[in-house]
Amino acid sequence: MNIIDRRLNPQGKSLANRQRFIRRARKQILDAVREASAKNGIADAEGERIRIRGDSLREPQLHHTSRAGRRTHVVPGNKDFIEGDTIPRPPSGGGRGGSEGSPDGDSEDDFHFVLSQDEFIDLFLEDLELPDLLRRQISTTEEFTPSRAGFTTSGSASNLNLVRTMRNSLSRRIALHRPRGSDLAAIEAEIAALDAGEPDDERRRELNAELERLTRRSRRIPFIDPIDIRFNRFQNIPRPAASAVMFCLMDVSGSMTAHMKDLAKRFYKLLYLFLSRRYRNVEVVFVRHTHVAHEVDEQTFFHSTESGGTIVSTAFEEMQRILASRFPREQWNVYAAQASDGDNMPADNAYAVSLLQTAILPNCQYFAYLEVGAEEGRYGGPTELWRAYQRVAQAGHAIAIRKVNHRSQIYPVFRQLFSRDRSTREEAGQ
Amino acid sequence: MSVITDTLRIKAGADWDFTQLQLAHDEIEAVALGEMGLDIYPTQIEVITAEQMLDAYSSIGLPLMYRHWSFGKRFARDESLYRHGLRSLAYEIVINSDPCIVYIMEENTMAMQTLVLAHAAFGHNHFFKTNNLFRQWTDAGGILAYMDFAKSYIARCEEKYGEAAVERLLDAAHALMSQGVSRYPRRNFSLEDEEKRAAERRAEQQRTFNDLWRTLPGQHGPARRPTDAAERRRLLGLPEENLLYFLEKKAPLLKPWQREVLRIVRHIGQYFYPQKQTKMMNEGCATYVHYKVMNRLHERGVLDDGAMLEFLHSHTSVVFQPDFDDRRYGGLNPYALGFAMMQDIERIAERPSEEDRIWFPEIAGSGDAIGHLREAWANYRDESFIRQFLSPALIRKLRLFSIFDDGQSDLTVKAIHNERGYRQIRGALADSFDVVRQEPEIEIVDVDLDGDRRLLLQHRVHSGMLLEQGDAELVLQHLATLWGYDVRLAEVDAVTERVLRTHDAGAPSR
Repeated sequence: MNIIDRRLNPQGKSLANRQRFIRRARKQILDAVREASAKNGIADAEGERIRIRGDSLREPQLHHTSRAGRRTHVVPGNKDFIEGDTIPRPPSGGGRGGSEGSPDGDSEDDFHFVLSQDEFIDLFLEDLELPDLLRRQISTTEEFTPSRAGFTTSGSASNLNLVRTMRNSLSRRIALHRPRGSDLAAIEAEIAALDAGEPDDERRRELNAELERLTRRSRRIPFIDPIDIRFNRFQNIPRPAASAVMFCLMDVSGSMTAHMKDLAKRFYKLLYLFLSRRYRNVEVVFVRHTHVAHEVDEQTFFHSTESGGTIVSTAFEEMQRILASRFPREQWNVYAAQASDGDNMPADNAYAVSLLQTAILPNCQYFAYLEVGAEEGRYGGPTELWRAYQRVAQAGHAIAIRKVNHRSQIYPVFRQLFSRDRSTREEAGQ
Repeated sequence: MSVITDTLRIKAGADWDFTQLQLAHDEIEAVALGEMGLDIYPTQIEVITAEQMLDAYSSIGLPLMYRHWSFGKRFARDESLYRHGLRSLAYEIVINSDPCIVYIMEENTMAMQTLVLAHAAFGHNHFFKTNNLFRQWTDAGGILAYMDFAKSYIARCEEKYGEAAVERLLDAAHALMSQGVSRYPRRNFSLEDEEKRAAERRAEQQRTFNDLWRTLPGQHGPARRPTDAAERRRLLGLPEENLLYFLEKKAPLLKPWQREVLRIVRHIGQYFYPQKQTKMMNEGCATYVHYKVMNRLHERGVLDDGAMLEFLHSHTSVVFQPDFDDRRYGGLNPYALGFAMMQDIERIAERPSEEDRIWFPEIAGSGDAIGHLREAWANYRDESFIRQFLSPALIRKLRLFSIFDDGQSDLTVKAIHNERGYRQIRGALADSFDVVRQEPEIEIVDVDLDGDRRLLLQHRVHSGMLLEQGDAELVLQHLATLWGYDVRLAEVDAVTERVLRTHDAGAPSR
């Protein structure tokens, strides 16, 4: 008998089967993912339980139908039946009893399984692409990877390349005819033999002279010379690191209800997830404003309320300041998303728009304005801010504006904005 | 031996280690081989984690399997059920191979591992090695090497012809898998040469390929086909019950690699066919063996009382048989029935009643229970085992009764546990374990070679049991894909020869 411990074998033997399975059921899984994402926030999707219809996953077999035919069953546990008794037919024709309908009304064809978070997000963000704007490169300061780059004559001892060094040493010794140890040993042996046998002074003198010549030569030509020594050389290659910064601008004045903030938060989350799939390093800056603007942390941004008027341009000024001080244009891809209920002090509109056009948009990859409304969606016509931004968009600037009233609209709007298919995006940009 | 008994004391809930596992194995071996006279393949025990157990589940219990989405589906479902606590995993999986591979879970306690070893490494192992069906129809020595070949062959096909093409082919082949079994004539089931033969076939094709044959006149001349129907069927080897075999040999449009893949699926179906027919006996045998072994180990002091109770707890939940009106009832539990029947045989051999002497004159009171059991394990399958050994005493104990269901009116009780009913119940229960009766009887009967090459199949309908329409049509569509032309399945009443229903599937457009 053999006992083998297989516990440390590579896991995920069935990964290839799983990929084939997901590809097979892709359409249904996508629908299910969309549906699941409408229900709960995307960032809490850690291993989403998905339910799909079993149609394309059916594995048909030829078998008898349960609805026709004459059968005899043998069952255990007779209590009081005798031959010839009749038993009323069970309602659903099952005749087996036991299983009850499951509480959430799943049908038997439905198929449940768990998607890992990566699989979920991959499917969720599938087909979305960054707007085809210039992708700004590469901060040079960020990271270096040492990579082998040939050999050098100087370096630290730990980088000594023995093979190269010995090869150089050998070829130099051959080229300069350094006597080999075996040659010297042969002469010494012959001298010793002469010492033991009859004296042959002539020969001995010759040998002694030769020995001395060779010894001197081997002392003059060192076994390893500094010029033989080689070190491994490493070069630091700068790794291109595309970084993005995402500005979240939000109006937090009293008119913004919790519901509106929730909508905005969902949109920001989506944008963050999406950017972090595309960039290795994504920074998030939260700027909230009333009649003044501050950079704050996430907690404060979403949860504390402020009172005051609403001046949008303050947020732009703050963003401009942060951009100038921390995010040099050559090194960062800048994305900005503004959420507001559309209120602004009428006197500020013109200034805000000009600031947007001259200072913000030229520095941004992408600017999205999300107008969040109450759930019931009472609209008294377009707001001041909406009209102002619409003019900017019509003037051909890269700004996307959308209205959102309900949670379920967030994801479709997001998809419109980043859809790989340009026609959808442009149509949405109206 | 006494040294070992001194060192091995299995306590309840204790963790296992490799030394103890080895010692426990030796102890069990002494009982199972020495006292019970079992005959087993060499064993290979592999310790695995829960995730690996799920892996093993999904590849229908074979350690090597080619890739297909249906295994991913099975894995996803099992994983989901397991994660949500709806289903626990098996303690072990055992593979009918030589050496016999037993997977055991690392989570088991030492007492559980001992149970699992007795159950799988000895009980199932003995059944695999000695049962006639397995000996005749499976090649335990060759299966692992064959699966290795199958896996790499299909992987190569995926590379060469694309994953989509292979997937379509496997979908179709899987749909016909249970019709890919040769039930009657015994063809050659040695798997060892399969790989070599596949290579030889390829080499032969390449060597003898000559494009000139294509240009010979006469090929397209007047058809010289035998038009006599009987002669044509004889030449095609019809009727044929093994659909996959027929397609592999005779389907006109398949490429050589597609035939080889069909062959692989057919071999796997054939490999599992005996397991379908002996599920109850196989589990009964393993349960009986572990029950005997564990009791002996307890008597010998290897198992302490706590460990024995732990064992009995899981043993009784395995052989629990709820009554028909219990919410938990889900049909007869094969473990319970098999174990009960084997204990019953032991009782008849050792302490027979007058009734037993009349019903089982050849074994009653012989005293050699294990001898009779070994004989039964070797020579019967579920259906014949019940027909031969289900005793009136057990029918009374389980209070079996048979009900007749004509599909429309109320159910009638046909027989209960009384003198008139024993034989009826025994016959009906044996029928319900008969795979040939439970699976539809489908044959290829003819090919319309003179017309549109339509493939004609027949389902012989017994007791009015028609096929499930939706599935039948999907399967036929797969069949038409493989055959390349139209396919028609006629459902014919076995008694009156009347055609009850026909299903058609059109050939895929090429």
